Amino acid sequence: MWGGLDPETGVIIDRRHPQCGAITKGRVLVMPVGRGSSSSSSVLAEAIRLGNAPLAVILAEPDDIVLLGALVAEELYGVVCPVAVAGADTYRSLRTGDVVKINPQGIVVDSDGST
Amino acid sequence: MTRQTGVPMALALTDRDRELAAGAFGEAPTIAMRILTRIAEADGAARLIDITSAHVDSCLYHGDAGLDFAERLAAAGGRVAVPTTLNVSSLDLLHPELVHADERLRERGRRLMAAYVAMGGTPTWTCAPYQSARRPEFGEHVAWAESNAIVFANSVLGARTDRYGDFIDICAALTGRVPEAGLHLDENRLARAVFHLVDLPERLARSDVIFPVLGHLIGRATGTLIPAITGLPQGVGEGALKALGAAAASSGGVAMFHAVGSTPEAPTLDAALGGRKPALTVEVDPAALRAARDELTTEAEGTLTAVSVGTPHFSITEFRALAQLIDGRTVANGIEFYVSTSREVLAVVAAEGTLGPLRRAGVDVVTDTCTYITPILRNRGGVVMTNSAKWAWYAPGNLGVGVVFGSLEDCVESAITGRVVRDESVWRD
Repeated sequence: MWGGLDPETGVIIDRRHPQCGAITKGRVLVMPVGRGSSSSSSVLAEAIRLGNAPLAVILAEPDDIVLLGALVAEELYGVVCPVAVAGADTYRSLRTGDVVKINPQGIVVDSDGST
Repeated sequence: MTRQTGVPMALALTDRDRELAAGAFGEAPTIAMRILTRIAEADGAARLIDITSAHVDSCLYHGDAGLDFAERLAAAGGRVAVPTTLNVSSLDLLHPELVHADERLRERGRRLMAAYVAMGGTPTWTCAPYQSARRPEFGEHVAWAESNAIVFANSVLGARTDRYGDFIDICAALTGRVPEAGLHLDENRLARAVFHLVDLPERLARSDVIFPVLGHLIGRATGTLIPAITGLPQGVGEGALKALGAAAASSGGVAMFHAVGSTPEAPTLDAALGGRKPALTVEVDPAALRAARDELTTEAEGTLTAVSVGTPHFSITEFRALAQLIDGRTVANGIEFYVSTSREVLAVVAAEGTLGPLRRAGVDVVTDTCTYITPILRNRGGVVMTNSAKWAWYAPGNLGVGVVFGSLEDCVESAITGRVVRDESVWRD
């Protein structure tokens, strides 16, 4: 996220990213893993502070860096940005436009928006 | 963190953990424990363990959320429970005139540094805490942030740290506790990838410059696998291992490596592998090393405007080597020459007389920060030369400058000549 997400707009700014220019604010961000510098925690927390963050983040593998950003923002600002790890099948099935429900038991995907 | 596959892991807490969490030691450790326990559960850790020291990276300003967090903890009376050193900041407090950041950033940076000092952090302001008088010993569990410090602690010292960073570093420092996970555990420290150096010419094997290049190559190739390296001379020195680790940690996020015959957990390749077969085996020949070296230069033919060394922070040994190479000559007019280091090292080299001649030669020393994260370089119109693979990796993106990678000797000869000069012969077969 550091260098990839702009906390002041919630927009993906990484020029090498296929979705460069996409707005993550107010949407569920799906990504395989963060794997960036630990400063990415600060980037996510900053985006949450400014109200420009994703509604939630879905990962394919656990990522402490992403989780930390969300946890600290929750401590400071009371805003909850759920961070969930999807099983491989669920992750592979996700498409832009899907509606998801995230709760402590897991993720429910509704591909046709009928939930 | 929600996991689709099921039941949250149960984390075993001691009585003291519960007291910390419940506020017996104040609000700051309580906040820290809330975060630590949720991370521990996400990591699948069975319990928390003690650490003997912490190295905190959160003192580098990355936005107001980080400042809010530090000031919240400090205002709640947070005090570190273990000796805690502080990483580089965004300011050089000893040479403030070198940094030309705007006043808002300076003010935020100062407040952030002040909050960490208020909580008892030692104002070391260095990315190389392993160069301090006291450093962790083999087997000691610590919570260190800063990628190059992490890889040095694990690989060269044989101490044990996981990849700590923003926010979790101060939580560990305030409680003295970390999840028993990651590189704190024996089985996670074993090598899974092997890099065999082959056909290495003697001169290249004995050079300094091979180490950052090899680190860069390994970082790119090894992914999440811990690498072991064979084919290096026995007993490679700390300075070389420092450069190798820093490069691998930059290009690839490597947190631990084994150099067979040199690092403490790799007396043999079999020991490093824990008797298992590797998942990845790579032969590294001189051609591969040359290609890796070329990746570190973005503009071989540019006009030299600056030299930057000391990423990670220069050691006493490196200062002496620099003084020997400069040997009474001066940096050419119009060339900026920066050495980044810690206050502790600066004090030693000043006292022993190594620093004076360097300053007179036209070398500028930067402390508390680094030239690739803080606006120090004045002229960004040409190329900057460095002997640091880490600097070469980050600076073009951060500063928009072109970079030429070379040995320390190349850097000195170029600075004195006023143009890029590199000894290519060490790279030829």
